[in-house]
Formats: sequence, structure tokens, C-alpha cells
Amino acid sequence: MRLFNISIIGLLFLVACGNNKSADKTLPIYGEREPVTKTIDGKTVTDTVYHTIPEFKFVNQYGAEVTEKSLDNDIYVADFFFTTCPSICPIMHRNMLTVYQEFKNTPDVKILSHTIDPNHDSVAVLKKYADNLGITGNSWWFLQGPKETTYKLAESYLVSVAEDKNAAGGLVHAGYFILVDKQKRIRGTYDGTKPEDTQKLIADIKTLQAEYKNNKTI
Amino acid sequence: MKFKIIAVLLSFIGIMAYSCQSEEKIEFMRYYSSGQELYKSHCQNCHGQNGEGLAALIPPLTDAAYLKQNRSQLACYVKNGLKLPILVNGKAYNGQMPPATLAPVEIAQVLTYVQNSFGNKAGLHNVDQVNTELGKCE
Ligand code: HEC
Repeated sequence: MRLFNISIIGLLFLVACGNNKSADKTLPIYGEREPVTKTIDGKTVTDTVYHTIPEFKFVNQYGAEVTEKSLDNDIYVADFFFTTCPSICPIMHRNMLTVYQEFKNTPDVKILSHTIDPNHDSVAVLKKYADNLGITGNSWWFLQGPKETTYKLAESYLVSVAEDKNAAGGLVHAGYFILVDKQKRIRGTYDGTKPEDTQKLIADIKTLQAEYKNNKTI
Repeated sequence: MKFKIIAVLLSFIGIMAYSCQSEEKIEFMRYYSSGQELYKSHCQNCHGQNGEGLAALIPPLTDAAYLKQNRSQLACYVKNGLKLPILVNGKAYNGQMPPATLAPVEIAQVLTYVQNSFGNKAGLHNVDQVNTELGKCE
């Protein structure tokens, strides 16, 4: 009986915490974090270092080089796909198209779609795919690079969803959209095959934009 | 009294007519509802919940004229896939549809669903028709 009571109280706490989070309207920061102790002006300061997306170098559908620096002042959404994927990719990109439509005129929001089949998906193939999706300009990039590089980067994006480690290789194919902030920290992961999750992503991007506007995150 | 007899007779005739019509209708509904499930599991990811397609990558299933004109080919398209430049709703597509692993009766069901949804109304496409059509695939 007592145990029951305690667990009820615990549950209430959990619920209360959940509520708090949405009330102050900042997004959580995902991934591993480490406290780092530094000495500044003789004082000991403890900082939290968050997981960030490492350096990378790919080529986009226009044949231009894209690195992590190309995104220094951008909020962006990343996903992994291949152009001949018969299963979930059309669903993901039907959903991503709504994200694109919403933010294509917002210069600091970008979309990065990494092909996991670089042998087939050459720059020319990616350009044609982008054209067929109706993508113009530089707000949605389709990126090509060596397969190992892409998979390694995927691991870095997916640390936050990697809880089910059994899915390891399958994760890349699992259709996630990953939201990354201007400091290259992961702020959300979404099931890209679900329209409701896509709507949440759009709302979260707006929340993140508001955070920067109000200088809360920097 | 006379009136009552006429009413009973009329309703009897009504029921007869209704049940004749509904036998056809029941067959159609059987095809249609099985076809709806098959559509969700085998086609919807590409062609969309409302047959809307995906930009210029995947054609919509809303072009009734195209479906009518190619009716006898549709079963072959589903069974063997499609990789030809085609014109749907006045727009050119040159993609690739993979072959579906469906039995002839399932092809008939999904085609009945497609041809009677998304604004189409082309009636039953039964398994006998599908078998004949599959025998003539190029
Ligand atoms: C992997 C994505 C994909 C799947 C799954 C798929 N299709 Fe297609 N479908 C296409 C593409 C791409 C084309 C156009 C092919 C071309 O351009 O030659 C097409 C063309 C068609 C066409 C002729 C053009 C039109 O729009 O009317 C029909 C009919 C059709 N599909 C029905 C189906 C049915 C029924 C299913 C499910 C059994 C299905 N498709 C599953 C991608 C797909």
C-alpha cells in the first residue's frame, strides 16, 4: 500500500515536470552532455557541454560543397533517404514538402536530405529528384558523399533516438526528421512518416525561432 | 384493407428489386473494401491518401480519362511495374513504379478501389477481367 502511494506521488511529479517543460516554451536539448569545469578569473565555473553535430563535407544537388559552416546561422532539419526508395521515402518527403512550403522564404531555416545510396544518387540524379519535387533555391539541399561518411554522420544525428540500439543499421532507414539548432545541438526528433509529427516539427521550429528572437538560447 | 394489401405487395416488390440490385452491389462493396486495405498497405505511401501523388515524382490517380483509356493495361502496370514516360492530368511523368506482389484477385480489388475513389467512378473491375488482361501483358 505504501509503495503504491509512493509510486502515485512519483507519477504526479513526472506529470508536473512534463507540464513545466511545455509551459516555458523552450525545446529540450538532446544527446549526451558533460559538465566541464573551467577556471575563469580565478573562479571555478561548471559549464554543460552538449552533444553537437561534428564537422562534415558533402556536395548538394547544384554540385556545390556544403559543410557544417554553411549552416552556422541556421536552424535545420536533417533526414536520410535514397531516390529509389520504394517504401517510406515518398511519405517522408511528402511530409517534408510541407516543412519546405512553410519555411522556404525564411533564410535561417534549412532542410538537409542525405542520400544513403551515393552510388546511384549522383549529383545529377539528386538535381532531377529535387526538380521533380518542385524544390528551388537553397532552402532544401540534397546531399551526396561517401556512404561511410553519411552513415557516421547519421549516428551522430541519431544519438538521441538511439535508445533502441537493436535497430542500429535500421535507424538510418527509420524515417526520422532531426531538428538541429544554430549551435548544432539536437532539439527534436520526429517520425517523418507521420503528418502529426511533421506538424509538431513545424511548431517546434517556430518555438526555436522565438527562442533566438528572445535571446533565450544564445 | 385493399390499401394494406397493395402496400404489402409494393414493399414485397421493393425488397425483391433491392436484393437483386444489392447482390451486385455487395460484390462491388467486397472488392472495394478489400481494395481499400490493399491500397493503404501497397500504394498509399507513394500515391497518397487521396490519390494525390507526389509533385512530379509520382503521378496522381485522379485522372479518370487516363484510367479509362488504359483500363485494360492497369493490371499489368500493377503486376509488372511501370517505367514509361506517361502523361497524367496533362503533366509528364517518367518515374518508376516497382512491381507489386499481389494475387490477381487482389489486383482486381485494389483496381476497383482506385477506379471508384478520388473522384473516379468506373465500377467493378473483377478478377476474370484481370486474369484476361494479365494474359496479354506486353
Ligand atoms: C514506390 C512508389 C509506388 C508504389 C508503391 C505504387 N506506385 Fe503506382 N506509380 C508510381 C510511379 C512513379 C508511377 C509512374 C511511372 C512512370 O512514370 O512510368 C506510377 C504509376 C501508376 C499508375 C498509372 C498512372 C496514373 O497515375 O494513373 C497507376 C494506375 C498506378 N501507379 C497504380 C498503383 C497502384 C494500384 C499501386 C498499389 C498496388 C501503386 N501504383 C503503387 C509509383 C508507385
